[in-house]
Amino acid sequence: MNAQGTDSGVTASSNSPERYYTYGYLDEQTKRMIRRAILKAVAIPGYQVPFGSREMPVPYGWGTGGIQLTAAIIGPDDVYKCIDQGADDTTNAVSIRRFFAKVADVATTENTAEATIIQSRHRIPEHPLKDGQIMVFQVPQPEPLRGLEPREMETRAMHAYEEYGLQYVSLYENVSAFGRIAATAGYPVMVDERYLMSPSPIPKFDNPKLHNSQALMLFGAGREKRIYAIPPHTTVRSLDFEDYPFETQKWEESCALCAADDSYLDEVVLDDQGQRMFVCSDSHYCSERRAQGFRGPMAGHELVGQDKDAGQ
Amino acid sequence: MAYVAVKGGERAISNAHALLEEARRGDPSVPELLVNQVREQLSLSVDRVMAEGSCYDRDLAALAIKQSAGDVAEATFLIRAYRTTLPRFGFSKPVETAAMAVRRRISAAFKDIPGGQILGATFDYTHRLLDFKLAAEGADPVAPAPQALEPMVHPLPTISSVFSHENLLEQEARFDGDDEPFDLTREPMSFPAGRDQRLQALARGDEGFLLSLAYSSQRGWGSTHPLCGEIRMGEVPVEFIPDELGFPIEIADITLTECIMLSGFAGSAERAPQYTRGYGLTFGHNERKTMSMAIVDRALRARELGEEVEAPCQDEEFVLYHSDNVEASGFVQHLKLPHYVDFQADLLFLRKLRAEFFDKKATAEAITALQPEPAE
Repeated sequence: MNAQGTDSGVTASSNSPERYYTYGYLDEQTKRMIRRAILKAVAIPGYQVPFGSREMPVPYGWGTGGIQLTAAIIGPDDVYKCIDQGADDTTNAVSIRRFFAKVADVATTENTAEATIIQSRHRIPEHPLKDGQIMVFQVPQPEPLRGLEPREMETRAMHAYEEYGLQYVSLYENVSAFGRIAATAGYPVMVDERYLMSPSPIPKFDNPKLHNSQALMLFGAGREKRIYAIPPHTTVRSLDFEDYPFETQKWEESCALCAADDSYLDEVVLDDQGQRMFVCSDSHYCSERRAQGFRGPMAGHELVGQDKDAGQ
Repeated sequence: MAYVAVKGGERAISNAHALLEEARRGDPSVPELLVNQVREQLSLSVDRVMAEGSCYDRDLAALAIKQSAGDVAEATFLIRAYRTTLPRFGFSKPVETAAMAVRRRISAAFKDIPGGQILGATFDYTHRLLDFKLAAEGADPVAPAPQALEPMVHPLPTISSVFSHENLLEQEARFDGDDEPFDLTREPMSFPAGRDQRLQALARGDEGFLLSLAYSSQRGWGSTHPLCGEIRMGEVPVEFIPDELGFPIEIADITLTECIMLSGFAGSAERAPQYTRGYGLTFGHNERKTMSMAIVDRALRARELGEEVEAPCQDEEFVLYHSDNVEASGFVQHLKLPHYVDFQADLLFLRKLRAEFFDKKATAEAITALQPEPAE
C-alpha cells in the first residue's frame, strides 16, 4: 500500500486509462506460473510446490502467499471474503480485502456462504464450506518438520522417503512431558495418507474441517515460496496415537454474545480485575446467530456497548 | 464499543495512514525535502536502497527514501514491491569491471599496484568529528576538489592481471553467455546453491547482516583469513542484446562497487596451493557491504574447497535464507498482527497444565498430611 493508504495512487479502476497494474495486480506470466504451481499442488495433495514468489505491496509474513494465490485465481465474477483470526474486521483482513476490491474489482462479502474465495489467516469459518468454494490460507511456515529439522535439503528428503519417524518421536516426547500431545495450533496432519502437512497456524479445533471438505483448500507461503493444496474430498488425518487420540479444544463457556457452544472462542479481557468474556472468533458466524435471535449472557452489557449487528 | 476497538476497523486504518503522512512531513514551517536533494545529498542512502532493492534507479530510490521518512529498509521494500511489477526483457551481457571508468580503486595487497592507488571520495582517514559548519544553513558552496595533473591509466589493471603470469590466484569464473543465469527474483532459492544464486542473494542481502557475518568470520567463526586484493568503484556500461537486433547495444552506465578478497588455500591432491577469491559486487557506492559480501562469498565456498562447515557464515542455508531484509523485516514484524486464535489455543493448554500441577500438588499435600508424624 502506498503511504497515503487511500485511493490516491496505486491503481485506478480497471476501465480507467491510467491503470498502472494489470488485473489482480500480478502480471499475466506470473499468474500463469502460480496457476501451474496450483495445478501441481492439487495433483499431489499435501506436497509443497516451490514457486517464484514475488514481492507484494504488503510485507512478507502479512499474507503475501495467500494474496498471490488469490491474485492468480480471482476473476470479476468472484465474491471475495477475507478474514484474520476468524474475523472480517481485523486490520490486516480489512487491508487485504480493500486491496482486491481495488485491483480486481470484485464484490466482497463477510458472508461465508456467499463467498467464492475465502482468504484466511489462522481460521476456517464455522459455517460448513461447500462445493465450488475455495479456501486460501496464508502460511508463515509451510514445512511441518521445520521445527525438528532446520535444513530444507534434509526435510525435502524426509518427505520424498516418507520418513516421518522424527515427527512421531516428537509427539511421543510431548506425551511423556505433558501427558498429551502439546500442539495447539498448526497441528500436523497427514494428507491422503502420503504427505505430512502443516495446516498453517489454524487451531487444531479447525483440523477436522480439512477432512473430506467439499471446498478446495489452497495454501500459500510467500516468503518461503511454497504452494500446497488439499483437493476436495481428500482424507486428512491429524496425527495421534491409539492411546492418545486427537482431540479438539473445548470451552466451559459459550459465546457471550450469541450463546454458541460449538464455535472457537476468543477471550476478550474486559478490565484488569480478571473480568473477561468469551466470544466467537468467527465474527460472521456470531453476527448471523445474533440476527437469528440468539442472545448470549453479555449481549447488551455496558462493557460490550451497543451491538452493531443486533436485529439486522 | 470495547469489543470492536480490539478488532480495529477500516476507519482506524485510514486515520493511522493520514497521521503517518503528517508525521513524515514533520514541521510544515520547515521547507519540504525534495527528491532531487535526497538523490544528490543522501547519495549513499540512495546507493544502499538501490543495492538491496535490486533496482538501479537513483530517482526511484530517492523517492522511496523520502516516502519512508529515511527508513532504509522500508525504502528497500518500496523499491522491491515496485520492481516486481516491471516486465523482464532478458538478461544483459556480463559487465566488464576491468574496463570500469574508475573513481576509486585501492589494493591492500601491494604497496604500489599497476595504475596506482586511487583514493577517490572516501570517509577513510577522516577524523570523525562533527562538522558544525554544516549545521549552518546557506554556508559557502563547497570549493571544487583539485584535479590530478595527469589522467588516470585506462583501463586500470586489475589485481587478477597482476597475478596472471604466475597463477598464484585462481582464475576468475567466467560466464560463458549461453546458459540463462539463475534469477532469484523469478525462482525460489534451491540448494545446493550455484555461484549465480549465491552472489545474487548476497548482492541484495542486508548490509548489516552480511557485515556481522563477515565480522564473525574474521573473529574465527569460519575464518577465511581474508586480504583485500582490490576494491574498485566507478562506472561501467551495460550491454543488452535485443532479440530483434541480435547485436549488443549499450543501454545504461551504472555505478558499481567491486571487491576481491584473497584467501589462502593449502591445496589438495588435485589442486596446487594458490589464493582463492571471495567476490563482492553491488550497485552504487557500497564499500562496507561489498567487502562483507566478498568475505561471506568465500566462506560459503567451504564445501566446494573441501573445508569443514562449522560456522554460521559457511552454512549456505543459514546465510542465504536469512540475508534478505525484506523477508526478514516482514516476518519479524508480522508478530504485530493479531494472534488471538493461536494465543487462545495456547492459553487453554497452559491453564490445563497448571490445573493438573496444582491438583497433583494438593493430592501430594493431602497424602503427607494423612501420614503420622514420625516418632522422635
